[in-house]
Amino acid sequence: MELFDIIFWLFALITLGSAVVVVFSRNIIYSAFSLLFTFFGVAGVYVLLGADFIAVTQILVYVGGILVLLVFGVMLTNKVVDVDMKTGTLQVLPAAMVVALTAGTLCGIFYVTDWRLIPSENVLPTTAGALGEMMMTSYLLPFEVASIVLLVALVGAAMIARKERKQA
Amino acid sequence: MTSQITLTHYVFLSAALFSLGLFAVLTRRNAILVLMGIELILNAANINFIAFSRFGGMNLDGQAAAIFVIILAAAEAAVALAIVLNIYQRFRTVNVDDINKLKE
Repeated sequence: MELFDIIFWLFALITLGSAVVVVFSRNIIYSAFSLLFTFFGVAGVYVLLGADFIAVTQILVYVGGILVLLVFGVMLTNKVVDVDMKTGTLQVLPAAMVVALTAGTLCGIFYVTDWRLIPSENVLPTTAGALGEMMMTSYLLPFEVASIVLLVALVGAAMIARKERKQA
Repeated sequence: MTSQITLTHYVFLSAALFSLGLFAVLTRRNAILVLMGIELILNAANINFIAFSRFGGMNLDGQAAAIFVIILAAAEAAVALAIVLNIYQRFRTVNVDDINKLKE
């Protein structure tokens, strides 16, 4: 077993272990903080796959943005001082059956399918330049649409969150 | 590549992450934990995109798709949390079972 494999298993272990804590922890703060390790683990997997730019974006956007938003949400919607932040679960058995079915189907498909692999020995040293070129050429329209979507969504989120507070 | 890690390892990792996220979405009652489950699912999809991009001849189209997924995840989290905060101010709960009115 080489070093690459060991690092892959390490990141897979970090990702899945902390994801298990996210899903099964009774305390929402533990869930929020182990989501941090899940995102870092996924970023590590991206690095192993040669996607350096995506890995950095993952850390910037998920850890720096989405996770902070989620923690804000936790803090603002739970009475941190007086109530324990435990959250319940419901319908565990039917959900477990659905999830087992889905996971079984997915794993079965992944195991059976003979993917058409194109071996590439030369992993690009850095992908940011090539990705930026793609964003400005073949993906120009989706890129612009995504920027509009992001602008509208964030302005809308600010509007929704602010208007109600003024009425209250 | 002499490494033992193949595409299958990555897609199984992503399948496991997807299943965990789905379980969180289906069972948790706190709306923010449901959002966390959705983030896990989106991360699983991204691992698939990038794994296929890597093993399909280092084709960067998969990475471009992953960037768009990250952009939409950010937009989704912002809007969803604004809605959750509003719901909390109105109903004083974020339990998705108790939120069953469109209008008071």
